[in-house]
Amino acid sequence: MTAYIIRRVLIMLLLLLLLTLVVFVLFALLPADVARLTCGKVCTDQTIELNRARLGLDKSVWEQYWIFLSGLFFGRTYGVGEAAIVCSAPCLGYSFTKTEPVLQLILDRLPATIFLALGAFILFLIGGVALGVYSALRRGRWQDKTVMGISLVGYSLPSFFIGLVVIYFIIIRWQILPFPQYVQPWEDPIGFLQTMILPWLVLAILYAAFYTRLTRSQMLETLNEDYIRTARATGLPERVVVRKHALRAGLTPIVTAAGLDFAGLLGGAIILESIFSLPGLGSLAISAVLDPDLAILVGVTLITAVFIIVANLVVDVLYAVIDPRVRLA
Amino acid sequence: MSAPFLHVEDLAVSFPTEDGVVKAVAGSTFSVSKGKTLAIVGESGSGKSVTAQAIMGLLNRNFADVSGRIVLDGTDLLALDDDQVREMRGSVMAMIFQDPLSSLHPFYRIGDQLAEAVRVHNKVSKSEARARAIDALHRVGIPSPDKRVDDYPHQLSGGMRQRVMIAMALINSPSLLIADEPTTALDVTVQAQITELMSELQRETGTTLIIITHDLGVVADMADEVCVMYGGRVVEYAPVNEVYYRPQHPYTHGLLASVPRLATDRVDRLDPIPGNPPSLINLPSGCVFHPRCSRRDEVSGDLCRTEEPALVSVATDHLVRCHLAQAGATGGAR
Repeated sequence: MTAYIIRRVLIMLLLLLLLTLVVFVLFALLPADVARLTCGKVCTDQTIELNRARLGLDKSVWEQYWIFLSGLFFGRTYGVGEAAIVCSAPCLGYSFTKTEPVLQLILDRLPATIFLALGAFILFLIGGVALGVYSALRRGRWQDKTVMGISLVGYSLPSFFIGLVVIYFIIIRWQILPFPQYVQPWEDPIGFLQTMILPWLVLAILYAAFYTRLTRSQMLETLNEDYIRTARATGLPERVVVRKHALRAGLTPIVTAAGLDFAGLLGGAIILESIFSLPGLGSLAISAVLDPDLAILVGVTLITAVFIIVANLVVDVLYAVIDPRVRLA
Repeated sequence: MSAPFLHVEDLAVSFPTEDGVVKAVAGSTFSVSKGKTLAIVGESGSGKSVTAQAIMGLLNRNFADVSGRIVLDGTDLLALDDDQVREMRGSVMAMIFQDPLSSLHPFYRIGDQLAEAVRVHNKVSKSEARARAIDALHRVGIPSPDKRVDDYPHQLSGGMRQRVMIAMALINSPSLLIADEPTTALDVTVQAQITELMSELQRETGTTLIIITHDLGVVADMADEVCVMYGGRVVEYAPVNEVYYRPQHPYTHGLLASVPRLATDRVDRLDPIPGNPPSLINLPSGCVFHPRCSRRDEVSGDLCRTEEPALVSVATDHLVRCHLAQAGATGGAR
């Protein structure tokens, strides 16, 4: 088991290195002249060239990548002399539009995104799995059909639609909740909950629909397995058969999907963060696209990718925890 | 016969499906005395396994219509509610299944699965349950059971797994054990070991055994009585020697004729029964076997096609469902 985890972690580190290369080269190949973009309103050819030198854009892509990579570990300095800007390690780049290191920008935005992702994750996982099990146990009856019908609707509706409808009715029309204004939970817990409850619910509904359907189909499959019949033949109560034997056997794909969904949410629920004006990674990414600020985009893309790779690792380890046959591999 | 330990009377099981009602079992009647072995034989789809699952109460009442009487030691199981039957499963009656790999949960250690079976019916500590699990593994002949107890099913061979299944079924000393094709999924060399183990354990514990199989060799080894099923019906029911030496039903004849024999010098072709098992949704009229029967010409008129024969006694403890038997034209020119 330990060897398995070590091997997976090593592969992950290699993957991360490869990832920085791909992301960096991808953005370097974009037909956007960063030197011009960061030059400001009054822009002469001379300032552009100066900018180019300061950003290191006059060097080859490979040299730039090397500087970027070493910046991650040792920090880097943009420009020379008095105008020099120091970006200390780990340096993910520097945003000249926001005049802050990219890492700092990301760290500032991370709490809102993490809280949004975590709350929604807990809600949709528990809700989705519970409803899926319930539905499977009442297969073909009206309860099953109702749950499946609702989940199909939830599955099909786009997030901006549900988000806007919810804002219109609950905040504007009925004024049940104040207009969303994000505050950190340690500053104003009640204000935090008032802001987060709607985006949590909207995300939960969207994602729970998928987990309900997945759990239901998994349960219908495992409940037909021979070892479930064996469990029943030993006289186990049905609820133990369902929870301990059937649900655990059907858990693997649910864990996979949940891990990747959680990582995706950590990368920012772009549309929902915008609708509910949450200062998260998603809205940071959008503003970076609009500005445009490539340094931020590289940073956000990398962070998101890191989340997904780490989530994959966690899922792989969980596999081995759930299914002992995986440990052999 | 003394008062039977298990008596099944007029058992009928049907499953309503979209394609029609599947009449899996219709009018099964048989019984087993305490400590004896009954073999139920027949082709796939003859209703053997469904009969066993009906006895165990494993058929979901939402999907299966079960009627008749299943009296175990004086209690009519079909009159009990789900929870009362569940209490009896694993304690009074237990079951072994065909494929031991798929019948053990792949994610749990065999010791945990055995201990769980103990703790369902006994209020004992985890360590006590584990001790009983090791003891049960020892009894079914698993080497170094104190180590094997922590193995997962995929770490064991097929024969070992079936031994674990047997240990699990017997761990609460049930008085009735149903084995549903316990050797079918095993290697031939292992099959003999498993049947021998079951016979041995039955001698030790005095458990009543119902063995479901289509392996007539297993039947000859283990059974006291044989119940031949076809199309959901019991077509012949007799002590094992009667069935082997004086089979009355044309289908039983056919079954015996289709067994390859090593002892004879002549290399005969096997004699299969022509045709296929009947559809359980759309059963043949009259005798369910008549479309495949080689001797229906011997019955006068159209009786085989129009009228279902009753299960009648042709000798002591020998029942047959055939118009030939009813007409008194018994005995077979083999």
